[in-house]
Amino acid sequence: MSDPKPSFREELERLEAIVRALEDTDIDLDRALGLFEEGVRSLKTARELLRDSELTVKRVLEESDGAIRTDDLDR
Amino acid sequence: MGGLDLFGTVPPASAEGAWSVADVTRRARQLIEAGFTHIWVRGEVTGFKAYRSGHWYFSLRDAQAQVRCVMWRSDNQRLPGPPEEGMAVFVEARPSVWEERGEFRLAIKQLLPTAEDGLWQLQLERARAALERDGLLDPARKRALPGYPRRIAVVTSPDGAALRDMVSVVGRRWPLVELWVVPSKVQGEGAEEELCAALALVNRLPEVDLAIVGRGGGSREDLWAFNSERVARAVADVSVPIISAVGHETDVALTDLVADVRAPTPSAAAEAAVPDRSAALDALAALSRRLARGLSRQAEVGHERLERTADRLSGSVQMQLERRENRLERLAATLDALSPLKVLERGYAVARDETGRVLKRAAAFTPDLAFRLGFADGDVRARTLGSDE
Repeated sequence: MSDPKPSFREELERLEAIVRALEDTDIDLDRALGLFEEGVRSLKTARELLRDSELTVKRVLEESDGAIRTDDLDR
Repeated sequence: MGGLDLFGTVPPASAEGAWSVADVTRRARQLIEAGFTHIWVRGEVTGFKAYRSGHWYFSLRDAQAQVRCVMWRSDNQRLPGPPEEGMAVFVEARPSVWEERGEFRLAIKQLLPTAEDGLWQLQLERARAALERDGLLDPARKRALPGYPRRIAVVTSPDGAALRDMVSVVGRRWPLVELWVVPSKVQGEGAEEELCAALALVNRLPEVDLAIVGRGGGSREDLWAFNSERVARAVADVSVPIISAVGHETDVALTDLVADVRAPTPSAAAEAAVPDRSAALDALAALSRRLARGLSRQAEVGHERLERTADRLSGSVQMQLERRENRLERLAATLDALSPLKVLERGYAVARDETGRVLKRAAAFTPDLAFRLGFADGDVRARTLGSDE
């Protein structure tokens, strides 16, 4: 059982928080540059997620002992 | 009909040779069962009772008469639910006699309300009322769907058109998500049980943030499991937001009423479940522009601040320099005071030998030693005459 894919939502929320900070508050220039770079990284990750993700479809199976496993569903 | 000869033997004409109760009821049953085969009867249901065994007992009546009826479990199971008191029905029945009670009754094979869809409708209304009573239809229960789901549990048939449609829509709109298909029959014998089990299983899956339960279109009988009160309760028990998607345009299934969102088709459920990739890209583009503007705003603010800082800075440097100059002057003065020249100016002279080494002690002046005496204004050559010792 795998972890879910990297979170688009987390990248988006971080990016929004950075943009708001740059727009609404006065920040030391070094810090602003750091935030900008982080924002660019989030932007890149989010775009890659949108561009490169492939839909995963799994089938859930319950074993007789109640254990749960998944396998790839033939499509 | 052959009349009394059906009793087989000559009926007893006197107390001698009297039949037992069992004899007469058995013979009455045989007579009646042979006399009618399957007949259709119309009447109103009254005194309905369902026993724990699953068998139904009631009477049919009209203005003049009534007759007891039984509908065995094996026959009533095919119906969506029991009839209502006073409901007008057609029954297909076999008349008989219940020997133990000596009771004439109809064993009912089929029961149809005279109003079209009467029983289905009735059962639906009953289940709906029960769900309502328990607060499961309260709009306040409805939860918002997650904006960016990462794992969606889909309760449906793994080889149905519904799943294919959902996979196609989600794959196009939002391939960032994982679909976890929890297989279940969606119609026919056992569908209710499987749907309930699959919905319960959803609650045990890790990191699921949304569920969809559904199937494609079909006849009302095909869709009936989604009108089951049990299945509706299982939908209500799912711990994450859930979309009900039963492929039908006009009717609303019971699962639709308890789910957080009702979709008219599985494709529509998929659309509601995930955001659209191109809209998300647009949103990112807007954020990207704001990010750049935000930075340049900070740079401007920083520039102004820097200028202010520079003003302050140059002021402070000036002060530092002045402070340093004063200090240098003081130091220079000190150095000056320590210079040997100043000492010589006060009337002293320094004696050096020919090599320039300073002669500090009388013992250094050997007899006839040639040396120089340095004064502030110049040197004088000299020679030792002797010592005072």
